[in-house]
Amino acid sequence: MTWYDVYAIFQGAVFTVSISLASIVIGLPLGLGFALIRWSRVPVLDRLVIVYVSVIRASPAVTLALLIFFALPVVGISMGAVTAAVVTLTLSTAAFNTEIWRGALMSFPTDQLESARAFGMRRGLRFRRIVFPQLVHSALPALVNEMTLQVKSSPAIAVLGLVDITRAASRVGARTYDPLPPFVVALVLYSLIVAVFVTTQRLIERRRVAELEALR
Amino acid sequence: MNGFAIVWDSRDVLLSGFANTITLSAIAAVVSLVLGTFLAMALMARSKAARIAATLYVDAMRCVPFLLLAYLIYYGLPSFGIRMSNWTSGLIALIVYNVAYMAELLRAAWVNLPKESIEAGHAFGFHGLKLVRRIILPPVFFAAVPMIGNQTIQIIKDSAFLTIIAVAELTQAAMAIQTTYFVPFASFVAAIALYWITCMAIETGVAFVGRVAKARQ
Repeated sequence: MTWYDVYAIFQGAVFTVSISLASIVIGLPLGLGFALIRWSRVPVLDRLVIVYVSVIRASPAVTLALLIFFALPVVGISMGAVTAAVVTLTLSTAAFNTEIWRGALMSFPTDQLESARAFGMRRGLRFRRIVFPQLVHSALPALVNEMTLQVKSSPAIAVLGLVDITRAASRVGARTYDPLPPFVVALVLYSLIVAVFVTTQRLIERRRVAELEALR
Repeated sequence: MNGFAIVWDSRDVLLSGFANTITLSAIAAVVSLVLGTFLAMALMARSKAARIAATLYVDAMRCVPFLLLAYLIYYGLPSFGIRMSNWTSGLIALIVYNVAYMAELLRAAWVNLPKESIEAGHAFGFHGLKLVRRIILPPVFFAAVPMIGNQTIQIIKDSAFLTIIAVAELTQAAMAIQTTYFVPFASFVAAIALYWITCMAIETGVAFVGRVAKARQ
C-alpha cells in the first residue's frame, strides 16, 4: 500500500463525512417535524408517520437505496446517485430521529407546559421558548448515538456505485491482494469520525452543566 | 401495476432469497448470542487482561461498519489460505460482528442487575461459573430480551449488505428479478415488505416474551 492509496481512502472519508452530514442536517429537523405530528396527534398524518417509521426501521439501507435509485424513476422521479444516496440516508435517519424526539417530547414535564399556558404563551412561542431548548438537551445523547449508527450504515451506498471509505479501502485491498492495511486505515478513519461526534456531544453537555450551575 | 404480477410469477426466486436471509440471520443471531454470552463474561471478568482484550474487541467492532468487516473476511481470509463460499464468509462476518453487540447489550443488563440477588447467591454458596449460570444469567437474559430482539432486526438488516459480496439473499433476489424483467418498483417494494413482516414478527415475539416474564414475577 502506497501513500497514494492512503490518500484515496482519505478521499473516501471526505465523501462519507459529506453525505452523512447532509443526511444528518436534513434528517434532524425532519424527524422533529414528524415527532411533533405524532405528539400533537394530527389526524391521518400521524398514522402515516407511524407506518413510515415502522417500515423504514425494518428496511436495510442497501434495499432502500436500490428502491430509491432504480424504482423512483419508474414513478417519474429520477435523481443522480449522490442525491439518491443522501435521500436514502436522510429517510432512514429521520425515522430513527422521529422516535428519539418523540421519546423526549413524551417525557417532557407537563407542569412546565401548564405554567407557560397560564402565562398566556401561545403554542408556537411555548414550543420555541420552553419546550425546544430543553428537548435538544434531553434528546442529544440518543441523537448523537444515531448519528454514529448513520455513519456506519453509509457504506450501503456502495450499491449505487459511489466510493466512500469502505469502498475505497476494498478497492485498494483488491488491487494489492493485501486487504489488512487498508482495513486498518479505514478503521482508524471511522473511529476518528465517531470520536468527533462523541466529543462534540460531551462538550455540549459540559457547557450545559456549567449553564445550569450559573443559573443557581 | 403488472410489475407485481411479474414478481408474483417469479416468487420462487424471491422466496428462496427470503429463506436464505432468514437462515443466515437465525444462525447468526443464535451463535452470536451464545458467543456473546461468553464475551460478556469476559467483559465482567475479574482478570484485567480478559477485560481489556474483550473491551478492545467490542470497541473495534463498534467502530467499523459491517460491510467493511464483510469485505475483510471475504477478500482477506483467502490470503491466509482459508477459502470459503461467499455464503459461509457472509455468515462468519455476521457472527464476528454481532458477537460484540450481543456482548455489549448483555453487559448493560448485567450491570443493572440488583446487587442483592448476587449477594444472596454468594450467601447460598454459589461461586464462579455456577453463580453466573444459575443466579446472574437468567435475569440478565430476561431483561435483555427487547435489546436482543432489536439486535436480531439489526442482523437481518446487516445481512442485506451481503448482496454486495454476491450472497443470494433477499435483496440479491429482488435485484435479480429487477435486472431480468426490469420491474424495479415491484421487486424492491416486495423485498421491503418481506423485511417489514419479519421485523414485525420479531417485535411481536419480543412483546410476548415480555408478557411471559411479567407474568412469572
